[in-house]
Amino acid sequence: MTDEKYILRVENIKKSFGTNEVLKGVSINVRKGETICFIGPSGTGKSTLLRCINQLTIPDSGKIFLNDEEVTHAGPRINYFRQKIGMVFQNFFLFDHLTAVRNVEIALLKVKKMNPKEAREKAMYELKQVGMADWADHYPAELSGGQAQRVSIARALAMDPEIMLFDEPTSALDPELTREVLEVMKKLAMEGMTMLVVTHEMGFACSVANTICFMEHGHIKEQGTPAELLNNPEFERCKAFIGEFREYSQ
Amino acid sequence: MALSILIDWFPYLFSGIVLTLGLVASALVIGVGIGLPLALGQVYGSLFVRTAIATFVWFFRGLPVLVLLFLFYFGIFPAMGLDLPAFYVGAVVLGLWGAAYQSQVFRGAIQSISEGQMIAARSLGMSKFQAIRTIILPQAMRIALPGWSNQYPEVLTESSVCYAIGVAELLTRSSQIVSQTYVTMPIYLACAVIFIFLSYAGTAGIHYIEKRIAIPGFGPGGA
Repeated sequence: MTDEKYILRVENIKKSFGTNEVLKGVSINVRKGETICFIGPSGTGKSTLLRCINQLTIPDSGKIFLNDEEVTHAGPRINYFRQKIGMVFQNFFLFDHLTAVRNVEIALLKVKKMNPKEAREKAMYELKQVGMADWADHYPAELSGGQAQRVSIARALAMDPEIMLFDEPTSALDPELTREVLEVMKKLAMEGMTMLVVTHEMGFACSVANTICFMEHGHIKEQGTPAELLNNPEFERCKAFIGEFREYSQ
Repeated sequence: MALSILIDWFPYLFSGIVLTLGLVASALVIGVGIGLPLALGQVYGSLFVRTAIATFVWFFRGLPVLVLLFLFYFGIFPAMGLDLPAFYVGAVVLGLWGAAYQSQVFRGAIQSISEGQMIAARSLGMSKFQAIRTIILPQAMRIALPGWSNQYPEVLTESSVCYAIGVAELLTRSSQIVSQTYVTMPIYLACAVIFIFLSYAGTAGIHYIEKRIAIPGFGPGGA
């Protein structure tokens, strides 16, 4: 059963909210260093899938493995797995009462029990990585959306995750701010971070992703390299979806 | 004449002020100490816990403080075999009564914190307890403070009801002076002025704290 070459295995995940079955059995294997982008119409379970991976949403059935350790049914050990699985949200969810640097270091102090000096150094290093070191002492309300999102990326990276989940990280941002966030993500992918990205940014998906998954109605309908999906989509809805994107980007 | 009586009796009145402030301080400490856990229980607790807390709140908010005082002083505490001095009964009753109100102030504040704060904290590997303590409560307490600041003048003024069970607080002392000297209005006027001054000073102190802990762009004290 175990397959050493995959860092993350998602096996037949199903999730319903009431009578609405959002995920109808999704499976995917992720190799270390791979970037996978999930595209598709809204309401097709992309975000729910990401939330199931770190158990923010508990799936009804199916299993998830990180390095062959089961993440589902982990009990209190889920807090250990969540350190290994960083997550970035559409609306940033920065801690409003803490400055940027405190946002990044708080989990280092409370979860990793680092000493304050080490935690501060680590937090400043991560802020520098996303170009936000100069804003360390500012509160979230004083940051632009793009800056806030970069701080939230630094916050997730500070935990030294093995894999990063991005849940529509640029959907709340205007094009200019979107670009500064995508630049950070692109750099991260180049450095070999394993990334799962739910996005509507086709340009980013095509240039950065190793694999693009087209999701619809709770299924991964089509999966392949950007070239395969762009040039030769087998599935009609996927063709139409990508076609729309091409029309708008010309 | 009245003034010289006031000056003569001031040390006696002053010990009443001390007792009044003692009542208020212990009632507020009990109120926060019990009101905050009640609020957390109401937000995060099981159905049983939530029902138990709702019953507590319903009981203490549904009865006049005077009735509560009599119930505890003459009935509940003696029945429990506790022979408490009137001051302690007053402090505990005011504290529990305040806790019922404060729990609702804190509950509202906790529930006003966006769900994303908890989600983000959990996504970093914090336990629910850690998330509540380090992320939710520091924000909720800032939001609760303006509403909570009502509690001080409320407990202060209600504390005078302890007169009825013989706690030697400000009002009790004032009326004792009246019955000793047969000077009525000037004494009660002095009592009123002291109450108003204590109320003003305490509220001003709380506003100062509010400003000190305000965070840019956050909560009622923010930009």
